[in-house]
Amino acid sequence: MAKRESSLKNMISTLLVITLVASAALAGVYNLTKEPIAAATKKKTENAIKEVIPPFDRLERFAVMPSDGPDSLILYKGYKGDSIVGTAVQTYTYKGFSGYISIMVGFNADGSINDIAVLEHKETPGLGTKMAEPKFKDQFKNLNIAQLTNQKVKVTKDQGTIEAITAATISSRAFCDAVQRAWENQKKGGEK
Amino acid sequence: MNQKSNFLKGFIRENPVFVLVLGMCPTLGVSSSAFNGLGMGLATTFVLLMSNLIISLIKNFIPDKVRIPAFIVVIATFVTIVDLVMAAYAPGLHAQLGIFIPLIVVNCIVLGRAEAFASRNNPLSSVIDGFGMGLGFAFALTLLGSVREMLGSGSIFGLKFIPTNADGILIFILAPGAFITLGFLIAIINQLSKPAKS
Amino acid sequence: MEYILLIISAILVNNIVLTQFLGICPFLGVSTRISTSLGMGAAVIFVMALATLVTFLINQYILVPLNITFLQTISYILVIAALVQMVEIILKKVSPPLYQALGLYLPLITTNCAVLGVAIMVIKRNFNLVESVLFAISMAIGFSLALVIFASIHEQLEINDVPKGMKGVPIALVTAGLLSLAFMGFAGLVK
Repeated sequence: MAKRESSLKNMISTLLVITLVASAALAGVYNLTKEPIAAATKKKTENAIKEVIPPFDRLERFAVMPSDGPDSLILYKGYKGDSIVGTAVQTYTYKGFSGYISIMVGFNADGSINDIAVLEHKETPGLGTKMAEPKFKDQFKNLNIAQLTNQKVKVTKDQGTIEAITAATISSRAFCDAVQRAWENQKKGGEK
Repeated sequence: MNQKSNFLKGFIRENPVFVLVLGMCPTLGVSSSAFNGLGMGLATTFVLLMSNLIISLIKNFIPDKVRIPAFIVVIATFVTIVDLVMAAYAPGLHAQLGIFIPLIVVNCIVLGRAEAFASRNNPLSSVIDGFGMGLGFAFALTLLGSVREMLGSGSIFGLKFIPTNADGILIFILAPGAFITLGFLIAIINQLSKPAKS
Repeated sequence: MEYILLIISAILVNNIVLTQFLGICPFLGVSTRISTSLGMGAAVIFVMALATLVTFLINQYILVPLNITFLQTISYILVIAALVQMVEIILKKVSPPLYQALGLYLPLITTNCAVLGVAIMVIKRNFNLVESVLFAISMAIGFSLALVIFASIHEQLEINDVPKGMKGVPIALVTAGLLSLAFMGFAGLVK
């Protein structure tokens, strides 16, 4: 089978052509999937908000930059008429066992936690993934961090009140870190 | 070429994971549950199929010295396509597989088949080879994933068969468990597929 | 101080081979002799650091501003392939015996999931340039560490009496598993 000879001109032109065709194909697929990807993310966020705060008529969205960065938190204030029924905070932590974890924490008007939904993570199935289960998550329900020691929510290993998931202390700690960040920043108004 | 044997070799005789010992990284990294193993296996199969096909079609246009980079660009394209499509239509699985999707590019199986087979055979045989190897890989991953999930979480494909609040033998879900389970699986399979001789 | 924690956790706690499952192929293939492992390790440190630096810059100044991040995988792997070619040429000139010893494994650094994996990881973890390069170097040191430890054990394994079915890859994997278990002990090191 005769292949083209490996002259410099042939080598460069082949690679160039292949790369160009590849890039074009990818640009096409990217455009096709852009919308579904954005829609899927949006839907997930909306569902999470509905899950964690009491029913509302409208939402107001704010971004808040926490003092310990690097990303900003998104606050969704739910209103019924003119009164706030709850604030859903999209918070995060990078201290997960596998890095980034993103959760939606719902606060009642009095600052206590209503519920929490897990948005994104790469924790180990069967271990860190248990943070999404009621057994772990529900410990945070009705918790008002203002009333905890030092106003910090922590696992029992760190003299706190939350029982960590067996063999997943790191994931549990990271979860607390995210919740703490959410609570500390949910009072702030933020920029729309 | 006997296409039936071409297809079947990927399952046992030349199973990429158990026999050729290729594609170790995703095998160990993604097999903590049967579902993840299967998902990864199928994604890789798609890439294998398409890259084998395209490479076999354009093999005569690629000068020998740049064949590896050229193959890699083709493979990378299909991997990116799988990545985007999964993010759009299977976001849950996409999040679980995480960094291992782009890593399909450097999965030695894909480049290996491109180099060893697709660049020397016709498109039809190449596609069947890719399909067989891919499914063999998926089979290996799902098997490993199932064993680890059953022992480690007491469930299979998410269905728990031990009491709800009980835990399995956790070590199997973690890194050491992956290595050890795979080691034993390879030993067992090698023993089983050996013709009887002392 | 932050940097020291980053380095320690990358080398020990989140060791790239033993906990993150990246770089297994060369790990199983090259770690037969301590000397080759050291050589491979050094090559990987160099490639990984340089690759992470270049790909980070490409991402920051080209891919993101032009909104073409979907070309990330392709551009990254091309950079890595080019870098490995460079290393091969340099090594051939500077140290022919090492080049011979590493043989086939050198071009295989291109397909080393660890290199591409780390390049992608630093973007996902939102590191800045300095953190990214430090992370890459540490990950590569962790890789070399795992490789060398394993090579020392491997030399022992060859001499010892392993059950026939387990010879070769199976026992290597089980050993890796035990090593991984040992490294798990580091998990509490960095909070």
